[in-house]
Amino acid sequence: MNTPDLSVEIAGIKLRNPVMTASGTFGYGAEFARYMDLESIGAIITKGLSIRPKAGNATPRIVETPGGMLNAIGLQNVGIDAFIADKVPFLRTISTPVIVNVYGNTLDEYGELAGRLDRIPEVAGLEVNISCPNVKQGGIVFGTDPAAAYEVVKMVRDATIKPVIVKLSPNVTDVVTMAHSCADAGADALSLINTLTGMAIDLAKRKPVLANITGGLSGPAIKPVALRMVWQVARAVKLPIIGIGGIMSATDALEFMLAGATAIQVGTANFLDPTAAQTIARDMERYLAEQGIADVKELIGALRS
Amino acid sequence: MNFKATVITNVEVSPGYFRLRLTAPQFFVTAASPGQFVMVRVSASIDPLLRRPFGIFDVGVMATEYPDVQQPFLDILYKVVGKGTAMLAGFHHGDQMEVLGPLGKGFGTGEPSEGKVLVGGGVGLAPLYYLARELVKESRVHLFAGGRGRDDVLCITEFERLGVETYVSTDDGTLGERGLVTEVLERYLANGTGAKTIYACGPFPMLKAVAEIAGRTGIPCQVSLEAYMACGVGACLGCVVKGRDHSEATPDYRCVCKDGPVFDHTELSWEQRL
Repeated sequence: MNTPDLSVEIAGIKLRNPVMTASGTFGYGAEFARYMDLESIGAIITKGLSIRPKAGNATPRIVETPGGMLNAIGLQNVGIDAFIADKVPFLRTISTPVIVNVYGNTLDEYGELAGRLDRIPEVAGLEVNISCPNVKQGGIVFGTDPAAAYEVVKMVRDATIKPVIVKLSPNVTDVVTMAHSCADAGADALSLINTLTGMAIDLAKRKPVLANITGGLSGPAIKPVALRMVWQVARAVKLPIIGIGGIMSATDALEFMLAGATAIQVGTANFLDPTAAQTIARDMERYLAEQGIADVKELIGALRS
Repeated sequence: MNFKATVITNVEVSPGYFRLRLTAPQFFVTAASPGQFVMVRVSASIDPLLRRPFGIFDVGVMATEYPDVQQPFLDILYKVVGKGTAMLAGFHHGDQMEVLGPLGKGFGTGEPSEGKVLVGGGVGLAPLYYLARELVKESRVHLFAGGRGRDDVLCITEFERLGVETYVSTDDGTLGERGLVTEVLERYLANGTGAKTIYACGPFPMLKAVAEIAGRTGIPCQVSLEAYMACGVGACLGCVVKGRDHSEATPDYRCVCKDGPVFDHTELSWEQRL
């Protein structure tokens, strides 16, 4: 049997396979170069970037929960100037597409970031973060109100000709409404889900575990919620979907594709095993070969009812 | 690098404290240096989900039952504090687990001298043993070991076997002097004993006291920190500590996993609470 075709395309970005690394779990790519082959995956999505450097939240910032973890990092990042000066030169050395996750406190900041990244050839596309639950301003404010989401996406859309992916929050009443707003504003693709807001309490201290009190839940615990939302959005919106949420294995990844995802992102699994994304891509190929499936695209939305 | 390790021994060296010996590839033993750590996956399932960080207690190569076969190994010393370490305590000879490492920036051993001073609190002694084993080759090493009670002062005999001069103290006086390890250290330094470098590992308040002594006496000092972390490779940003010049406007967060776990005491802000 011939080697199966794992390539997919998201908004004009050609991926050698559907496996991307989720923002905030893979640094700026370079951190993982010594552990895995960065050329073995479909795309890298870098840590959420803002105009100015951001300190992030106080510690404790993370806590393990059953089947998952809560984080409240608070978008600690180097800011766009240092990103361009210090991170882009490494990204130039790899052929895997790099998508930059962007975050603004205001509409104008989203526009400014998109405009500046538009001029950087190493950036294949933008993922607009309107769903971070751990920052006071911006972020999730834009991600829970359909009208505000429209404004942000429109602002980014008008500032760049690069593909625009919008990362959706699960912390909404109706994710499909949000998806429609983003599509109407000119998004090229949607990625979902970001983390679910959660909390952990220390009984002995009678205090919240995280300094930020609440945090974002990720890991296998959220996979069923993510699958459901990907399935709902894929049925309702014509844009390509990138599935995210607790993907630990090729099996998980392929389930998301059946639900309607064109590609997937590996997040928390990168923390457990820095080679996770590479392993998942390899195992997807093995599965297709074993099953005699010539092209992974045959599985997109191929859920039987 | 990530490798599958097999348990050689897992011995309770003191109530609630275990010394675990694992097989390691030769490259691990060659690459490791004192002060570095490993991330251990205690369960192949998702509970507990994350790996656990442990300082390297020792590495080496041991004889086996076959005269021409030698086995590279890795030792960690751990305290049972939660679910992950409780599971680890149940591991037996032949059981397997995934290990990622060696990780992080370890101790700088520096110039040989007569005055290498190690300060360890509780399970903070773990990385100091490997360091002592390297230092005694060329230097005179003095260890100040403290703990709550006698059960919390670990592996002193092993240090003495290396030729390390040991000073033991406990909070409750059940072993050595009664009092804080830093009080004993301070008295020792006041005698003009010619300490050239201090290496410390233990709870944050102890490290803060050691850093204060180092700052006052001008003795160079390296501290090894412990922190909650998810990844161990600088990606999750869960384990950050504030650098000396940190402020909201000019953030200076350091990753314990990647920029540390060993820091020069002047690199850090000692105002933070960890």
